[in-house]
Amino acid sequence: MKKELTELLLRLGDDALIAAQRLGEWVSVAPEMEEDVALANIALDQVGAARLLLSYAGELMTEAGESPAAAGGGVVTEDTLAYLRDDREFRNCLLVELPNGDFAVTIAKLLFLSAYQRLHYDWLVASTDERLAGIAAKARKESAYHLDHGTQWVIRLGDGTAESHRRMQAAVDEIWPYTHELFQADDLTRRLDEAGFGAAPATLRDAWLAIVEPVLAQATLDRPADGWAPADGWAPAGGRAGLHTEHLSYLLAEMQVLHRAHPGAHW
Amino acid sequence: MYGNDFPGADEGSATGLLDQVEAAEADLRAAAVRGLAASGSPGADSDLQEYFDAVIGADQKIEPRDWMPDSYRKTLIRQIAQHAHSEIIGMQPEGNWISRAPSLKRKAILLAKVQDEAGHGLYLYAAAETLGVTRDELVDLLFEGRQKYSSIFNYPTLTWADVGAIGWLVDGAAIVNQVPLCRCSYGPYARAMIRVCKEESFHQRQGYEILHTLSHGTPAQKAMAQDAIDRWWYPSLAMFGPPDADSTHSAQSMAWKIKRFSNDELRQRFVDMCVQQAEILGLGLPDPELRWNEQRQAHDFTQPDYTELMRVISGDGPCNRQRMDHRRRAHAEGAWVREAAAAYAAKQAARAEVAA
Repeated sequence: MKKELTELLLRLGDDALIAAQRLGEWVSVAPEMEEDVALANIALDQVGAARLLLSYAGELMTEAGESPAAAGGGVVTEDTLAYLRDDREFRNCLLVELPNGDFAVTIAKLLFLSAYQRLHYDWLVASTDERLAGIAAKARKESAYHLDHGTQWVIRLGDGTAESHRRMQAAVDEIWPYTHELFQADDLTRRLDEAGFGAAPATLRDAWLAIVEPVLAQATLDRPADGWAPADGWAPAGGRAGLHTEHLSYLLAEMQVLHRAHPGAHW
Repeated sequence: MYGNDFPGADEGSATGLLDQVEAAEADLRAAAVRGLAASGSPGADSDLQEYFDAVIGADQKIEPRDWMPDSYRKTLIRQIAQHAHSEIIGMQPEGNWISRAPSLKRKAILLAKVQDEAGHGLYLYAAAETLGVTRDELVDLLFEGRQKYSSIFNYPTLTWADVGAIGWLVDGAAIVNQVPLCRCSYGPYARAMIRVCKEESFHQRQGYEILHTLSHGTPAQKAMAQDAIDRWWYPSLAMFGPPDADSTHSAQSMAWKIKRFSNDELRQRFVDMCVQQAEILGLGLPDPELRWNEQRQAHDFTQPDYTELMRVISGDGPCNRQRMDHRRRAHAEGAWVREAAAAYAAKQAARAEVAA
């Protein structure tokens, strides 16, 4: 089960890391100084979760004698995984790597991601893997705060001015198709679920809708039409298999440039 | 300072500065107790100035509801606002490296630091608002170029080592400047400085750690660290302002106990602290004239180029335009968000009224 657990940790850790990278881009350009603080705070929480998850994945990979191609063997750390994997090796969902867009797009991403992370971490608290359960117990508290922040802003923008309503609706429409990927089941999630690791994302979709739909309603926004089955609508996916949008490679080029320029250096 | 967990660091001055913050905080509490015990309140209107002078003379604090001379109020608004602007503009040079921080630990530390700076900005704007201006007015004054921010943030961060140099030198200079302000006569500003100094001391130490790691790393890392110090040394010395002979506000600020030491005194203090720390780092300071003067019991050093300082303050530094454009753009692009928040708040208030 070690291999499957490693893969799950990479999915969760990469979601958090790439989300943090995008949120970090907002620092000093947010619409309000208070929002600079809030977005940096959420980014910091996500980096913190990413570090715990990727460190654990790195330890399992080291034990198994695995290593990213560019790392060339040896001990695998959080930094090996963050800085020395290429985009085809990243396992994050597509939603987190999408560009920030305007503030409404960022807020739509925040609401959808944090509702998912909150539910997923809630679930993982009961994982049979104690260390993962411990990480989830810490991260779920932070996700609750992120979810609250996203919720408040979706409502403010949706039920604010005509302009903010228009932008918030456009953002929800733009991001909604990417939420399907969060709940996709595959062989990995099935094996993990059977082993009691607690990772059946498909079962979380209804709970997620129960969080998100009332927020959209209160914000006077239309919930985009779809059924859960991807056949009912456009449902881009591929991140879990390392098949990303064109955005991720640029994001990694920036994130990894310094680390890769000094092989083997400590910082 | 605050590098005091490094072997051989100058423990005296390190603990000294934080001790001074603690002592200022204790004195501030004592002054508040004394204030309650004293019968002290102004008598007839004509006694206002006398009462103000007595409060300053007794090292008590002036509080927002107290009478104060107009020029005292204006001086404080200018100084606190420019301090607040500096925190907000100061997010940019370091924020420039968040996306490229070379390890996740450093990324987390840098995010936390820049977040702290935004918090300091908010805290200082709140202190300025106790003097009867609004944050929006002050931000407009910044945009109109009628209020300044620290000259140091008009220099670019060209390498990762610059993040370390900003922490060690820029935050170090800021702390040396701000520790005496913990005893400033205006209560809200003194309290803000106590809080800010405590957090800045962490930042300063983290910057020092970055440079320490680089200087003990690969030859390329060590060269990167030296280059950063070479570029940030004189701009940091210039942070203390023009030499005493040319400082326009000094005498009055000293009399009001807003300022406690002259620009040159603080600059000297900073140089003396940095010399030993640079030795521990194994890095040089870019001043061939820098040497210990036994007679003065202080270091002789080359003064920064004050012509350059004036040029940068007046708007012609390397990044002045970029920093202001960035701030203006963020403000302009966020307008629809702030309008939405205001509209929503108004609707909520109206709904609450209907419900009541």
